[in-house]
Amino acid sequence: MDRSKPVVQLKGITKRFGNFVANDAINLELKKGEIHALLGENGAGKSTLMNILFGLYQPEEGEIWINGEKTVIEGASKAIELGIGMVHQHFKLVQPFTVAENIVLGNEPTKGMKIDYKFANNKVREISERYRLKVDPQVRIKDITVGMQQRVEILKTLYRGAEIVIFDEPTAVLTVQEIEELIEIIRSLAAEGKSIIIITHKLKEVMALADTVTVIRRGRVIRTLGIEETNENQLAELMVGRDVTFKVDKHKQEPGDVVLAVDNLQMKGDQDKHAVNGLSFNVRAGEVLGIAGVDGNGQSELIYGITGMRHVSAGSIKLNGHDMTNRTPREVSVSGVGHIPEDRHKHGLVLDFSVSENMILGSYFDKEFGRAGFIDYKAMDELAKKLVDEFDVRSSGIDVAARSLSGGNQQKAIIAREMHKDPDLLIAVQPTRGLDIGAIEYVHKRIVEARNAGKAILLVSFELDELYALSDRIVVMYEGRLMGEVDVENRDDQQLGLLMSGNQAGEKG
Amino acid sequence: MDYIKKIFNSSSLLVPLVSILLGLLTGAIVMWFGGYDPIAAYSSLVSRLFSSPYNMGEAVRSITPLIFTGIAVAFAFRTGLFNIGVEGQFMMGMTGATLVGVLLDLPWFIHAPLAVVTGAVFGGLWAAIAGYLKAARGVNEVISAIMLNWIALFLSNFIVVKFLVMEGQQKSHPIKESAMLKIDWLVQALNSARMHWGTLVAIVCIVLFYIILWRTKIGYEMRAVGLNPEAAHYAGMNVKSTMVKSMFISGVFAGLGGVFEMLGVFGYQTVMAATWGYGFDGIAVALLGGNTPIGVFLGAILFGGLNYGSAGMSFGADVPPEVVRIVIGSIIFFVASHGIVKWILKPFLRKRANNRKEAA
Repeated sequence: MDRSKPVVQLKGITKRFGNFVANDAINLELKKGEIHALLGENGAGKSTLMNILFGLYQPEEGEIWINGEKTVIEGASKAIELGIGMVHQHFKLVQPFTVAENIVLGNEPTKGMKIDYKFANNKVREISERYRLKVDPQVRIKDITVGMQQRVEILKTLYRGAEIVIFDEPTAVLTVQEIEELIEIIRSLAAEGKSIIIITHKLKEVMALADTVTVIRRGRVIRTLGIEETNENQLAELMVGRDVTFKVDKHKQEPGDVVLAVDNLQMKGDQDKHAVNGLSFNVRAGEVLGIAGVDGNGQSELIYGITGMRHVSAGSIKLNGHDMTNRTPREVSVSGVGHIPEDRHKHGLVLDFSVSENMILGSYFDKEFGRAGFIDYKAMDELAKKLVDEFDVRSSGIDVAARSLSGGNQQKAIIAREMHKDPDLLIAVQPTRGLDIGAIEYVHKRIVEARNAGKAILLVSFELDELYALSDRIVVMYEGRLMGEVDVENRDDQQLGLLMSGNQAGEKG
Repeated sequence: MDYIKKIFNSSSLLVPLVSILLGLLTGAIVMWFGGYDPIAAYSSLVSRLFSSPYNMGEAVRSITPLIFTGIAVAFAFRTGLFNIGVEGQFMMGMTGATLVGVLLDLPWFIHAPLAVVTGAVFGGLWAAIAGYLKAARGVNEVISAIMLNWIALFLSNFIVVKFLVMEGQQKSHPIKESAMLKIDWLVQALNSARMHWGTLVAIVCIVLFYIILWRTKIGYEMRAVGLNPEAAHYAGMNVKSTMVKSMFISGVFAGLGGVFEMLGVFGYQTVMAATWGYGFDGIAVALLGGNTPIGVFLGAILFGGLNYGSAGMSFGADVPPEVVRIVIGSIIFFVASHGIVKWILKPFLRKRANNRKEAA
């Protein structure tokens, strides 16, 4: 196997959308068996470039060479024919179909008039064993985890004979463990001689996984580097275009009174088992309490319980000493709770409302916005203008739909709205999910500012770096219970990992 | 220039206009195949509408209920609900107004308003049943509303036969003069075309439609619930009661349509074998009008005008008036499948773009 031979060469690729140049004379070379990271912030042009390679867009200028031959990729089917496969960020799977049915979809093995499912199952099993991608071909997509679904996507490309696999933000939806497994899978693919391109904005993964990294900013290639000649800080600087501080400026401070007191909380989950099972903790003014844990261990339910969005079956929730158990979301909100929700599209915003209209989502009933049942849209716009300025929410205007904003700006808008309430307790769930470095830095800064201003903050996150950067205390949640508290000063990922997988601290070693 | 370009680029206006043209074209082709003269047919349709004061007045009369049912459907759409039950709510509105109009004996300044309000509330409550079932039990409002349409039809017939019927006839006693809402001087001015205050109320309702949804707090809630119930719940809105309220208001609009057919036009209610179809036409009107107040108004004028003018086609060109239903049907088809319209427009738009490029 000749590992120095380039399998993909992009030469001077330029793609414009109207006046906007998404890709500006981009050159890229991918060698056989190489893992090549394409690093850049949201909107830098990474996905556009890969969509060109996968035949979904046509470049205005430039040439694509595959295996040393100049080609025009006029569509996805041509790309597949050339051995290019793409694992999209949002999976394109048919939920009620089985794994095997999804994998063969569009390229079904037939026996006479019928689809040969036996052959399909065996073929899928064979490929999954060869690349150590453990998946049962006969289970339905809707019954398997997100990590498994991603494996199905990978298998799909392999089934179609992909030699070049493009991953678009593959870790955005995965848990810590699943990310580790994915890294193993990608490594073994490369070892088998597949050439890999990973689109990402996560520096850690680039360092852990890639052989080569190409940094893209505003549609241009800034630099291509071998992974051994660079480090996280340099990459961050190249990617953002300025110095990035990872450390948040957080001085020590004595916490104040207890703001949120949760006592022996119990909540039912979807399958009638206990999602939250006897949970007790306090959050004081001026401190950040971080809740660590693998996704699906009751964190979402806990937050829904505190904010009144879901019924609590036993236990109590007190806010500033007042009982707030099983109050409506409105009552909880007006008594001083801000909530940056886990899913900004589902809960945080009405995407088809304008930015302005979203800014009053939790306060439209206030006197500030009109009397006698009417809404004072002028007051709303004024508030929106103020918040957009203050929190640097970038959009083409406050009248455009929230849908048209980038993820980072949507999150900023939510934070602006929730901070404007001046809450005693701020709940932030996965506040930086899917955001790029610049936006993460900003969100972290705001959260710490709120803490310094004496607000109680409850942070739920799956990112250990985030928890350690922001929290004053970290507790670990597992199957609806708290497994214990870890020391924030002396970071010990192994201990944390054990707690997160349900082992008591004492059982360690 | 940019402004004009914007209007035409935004498919909001282009698609309905092209759909109307394509619909008329389809109707013309059908007539041509049937051996009729489409040009004569269309010109006699138009000339009927404007031929006499009487016809113009009657055209307005046939437009009015479509405005009511159009905004009823559009209002529900805007709040995330598909109110296919406008037909039944219209019936209930009729029945409510007739009940008050026939059975009670009151001075006109109480009698007429009471009849209007009763009919409106009947329509609203009928819609609220579907809204409640959806909010409390998760029953799809489309299914329940369709069933409620049938229940409304036969319940109305039952009420007419049981309480209001004239001996030996299939219709109710006449509604008392004190409850009638004809505009007498206008009726006389237009050679007894059946003009009534409902037309004015319909226009007021268009304005209300806008004010409620885009100016009030409850309208803000309704739109939020319609667009994203999860986010509305997160924001502390009562999603379920908002849904019921939305349906109620939609039903009030529908009910008012029925009220004025009774109090303004007919003056008595008959036992019917089937519903009138104003509610279903209302879906078409809302769709063509893009669920906007102005759009619904224009859509109602178009469909009401086509319907009324269609009788002229059989006089003027010997074309069966049912052809107009084909035209209306095709307009809806093209609006609903705007992909087809865009596909048809593509060569034109590309040509324009090329011209622009050459010019540049």
